[in-house]
Amino acid sequence: MQPDQQNANLRITALVSIGKHPGSGRARRAEQDARAVEMGLNLAPKGLEVLHAGDPHDDALRAYAGMGLKALRILQQEGNADAVPALGEYLKQAGPDIILTGVRAESGESSGMVPYLLGEALGLPVVTRIAEIVSIDNGEANLLQALPRGQRRALRVPLPFVASVDMAASAPRQSAFGPANRAQLEGQAAGVEIRDEIKANWSEAPARKRPKRLKVVKAKTAADRFKAATAKSTGDGGKVLRDKPATEMAQAVFDLLLEEGVLR
Amino acid sequence: MSEDIIRRDPRAEWIARNRLHPLHESMQAMQGGVAETRGPSGLIRRNPHAVGFIGPNGIKRIDRLNAGGPANLGARRSSGSAKSGAAKEVELPLHKVENPDYYIAVVPDMVGGRLNGHDRDVIGQAHKLIREIGGNGAVLTVVFGEHREEAFDKAGVDRLLQLRGEEYEGYTPELRVAALAQVEKEYAPRHWLLPDSVAAGFELGCRLAARIGERPATQAWQVSSEQTICRGAGGTIDITRQTPRLLLLAEECAEPIDETRHEVLPVGLDSAVAVKASIRDCGQVAVDPNAIPLAEAEFILSAGNGVHDWAQFHQAAELLGATEGASRVAVDDGHMPRFRQVGATGTWVTARVYVAVGISGAIQHLQGIGQCDKVIAINTDLGCDMVKRAALSIIADSGEVLAELIRLAKAYRQEVLEHAA
Repeated sequence: MQPDQQNANLRITALVSIGKHPGSGRARRAEQDARAVEMGLNLAPKGLEVLHAGDPHDDALRAYAGMGLKALRILQQEGNADAVPALGEYLKQAGPDIILTGVRAESGESSGMVPYLLGEALGLPVVTRIAEIVSIDNGEANLLQALPRGQRRALRVPLPFVASVDMAASAPRQSAFGPANRAQLEGQAAGVEIRDEIKANWSEAPARKRPKRLKVVKAKTAADRFKAATAKSTGDGGKVLRDKPATEMAQAVFDLLLEEGVLR
Repeated sequence: MSEDIIRRDPRAEWIARNRLHPLHESMQAMQGGVAETRGPSGLIRRNPHAVGFIGPNGIKRIDRLNAGGPANLGARRSSGSAKSGAAKEVELPLHKVENPDYYIAVVPDMVGGRLNGHDRDVIGQAHKLIREIGGNGAVLTVVFGEHREEAFDKAGVDRLLQLRGEEYEGYTPELRVAALAQVEKEYAPRHWLLPDSVAAGFELGCRLAARIGERPATQAWQVSSEQTICRGAGGTIDITRQTPRLLLLAEECAEPIDETRHEVLPVGLDSAVAVKASIRDCGQVAVDPNAIPLAEAEFILSAGNGVHDWAQFHQAAELLGATEGASRVAVDDGHMPRFRQVGATGTWVTARVYVAVGISGAIQHLQGIGQCDKVIAINTDLGCDMVKRAALSIIADSGEVLAELIRLAKAYRQEVLEHAA
């Protein structure tokens, strides 16, 4: 969607986090957060603010700046501090119309709770997994929500609101090195800094491979277990129609499609 | 008098003894391969060749289990007992919980109005927690709107809280979370368990956690009453932590219930739930089926070597609203783009309904459609592997069947339009 006069006064805040490459584990821009920034840039390039809570000197943040941002705002925090109170405090004062986040972070706990906690703290409606902001009129936004199997649902939400951006949103633009280096990373002390005490008691380890679930045969006798182990798979091939008029056979296919509910 | 006379057929007996006789097979078949016969002198004659069954490796297996009583032996018995075993449903013992000390609340996804495997795992986890905690605990299952599930008892539901009403239909997360907050107030469950799924569980669980101020464990995959292991950092680390009150459970977190029945006592809420919802559901949007990634498409019409009229195939896919797929041959011949290729070398699809038009079913292709529910084959060759895999096979030329399907789809669309008008 092209930015137009309508959205000139729209103020969007995109929350970004430090991502983690699934293979190498290197810090990078998070995929979903980058999509949130992309959505903000398309909707209101003038009124977009990109916000991060944490270390202002992290190089991964430059990757967001390289998407064409003049500046990033960073609430300076220790690594073990909880981001939500600081973000809530800042956003309460800033009061943007739309707050965009990813669905789940790629590093840390990645519980996906940030949009919900912010929505609860600020008293804003939360919409999840949006794929597109179609239009904004009369103080309400028309959204498309991504559903499983590539389906979409239309939603209408009054401004201001919090939205998490799904992977189905349009892919983020490439990050350019020059603009990334020129952008200002504006650090400011976070209003509140609360250490995450609960998290300090957790222990972390590289993910173990989960055991596959075994198909256990619960049979009372050895003979039954033997039969279950040696039984041929009962692939009898289903129904076969032949030597009939094409009309009849096509009708059988069509009835099955209707029964399965795949025809809309 | 005449029935006392024993009539012997020496020729038949001779043929039965002589396995090399050309008529031996047919004579055996006429006798029905019976393991036991009353011989001409009144003695029981056992035919050892008719006992047992041929196992998968071609080796004869004899079932020596005397389950059906001593009189029943051999092939007759094995077929008879299999029938009776399938016919009688085993009555599972009923697990009763009277005046529960505490509840463990489960909110299943109920995709399509039924419990799915993930939901059953979560209920199984709830029972595992009750066993570990001890005491008189009951699993309270919260279901929104109407459901079509018939076997709540076998899934392990002790108490069923069904919130009926039109207001729960569609996408109503704010109302649902308000209802769950009301459940929290009235029942104060010891744990909240939800499936961590894209369908609904993750969103609802997070909303509830924010509302009641609990810090959830997400993607939890090993849960005991003390300790929880959950995936963090996008599934790359394991976090070991104390078990919180609210858990979002990964798939296959615990074994589902399968050895007991449960009461499914209906319970209700004392006060009504009402919220002013700000999110308005405007319904599902029609999406271009060809814009859906092949791997997650629900309905695929796939073409292979047996398709000759490609314009007709594309028209059929468009009218049926199916995502297009192709076999490797069709792609190599240049009829379809490479990203449409289904199979081990292309895309592994997860469609619910897969229609294979003119595809004989190479093993790589069959691997690619391994996760599909219903496969329909349209093919001229009865003996091909795709027909063996398919739930419904049409042995005919693809062009004729596609033409008929196009006609039917057009009529259906017309009918829907008239119905809407």
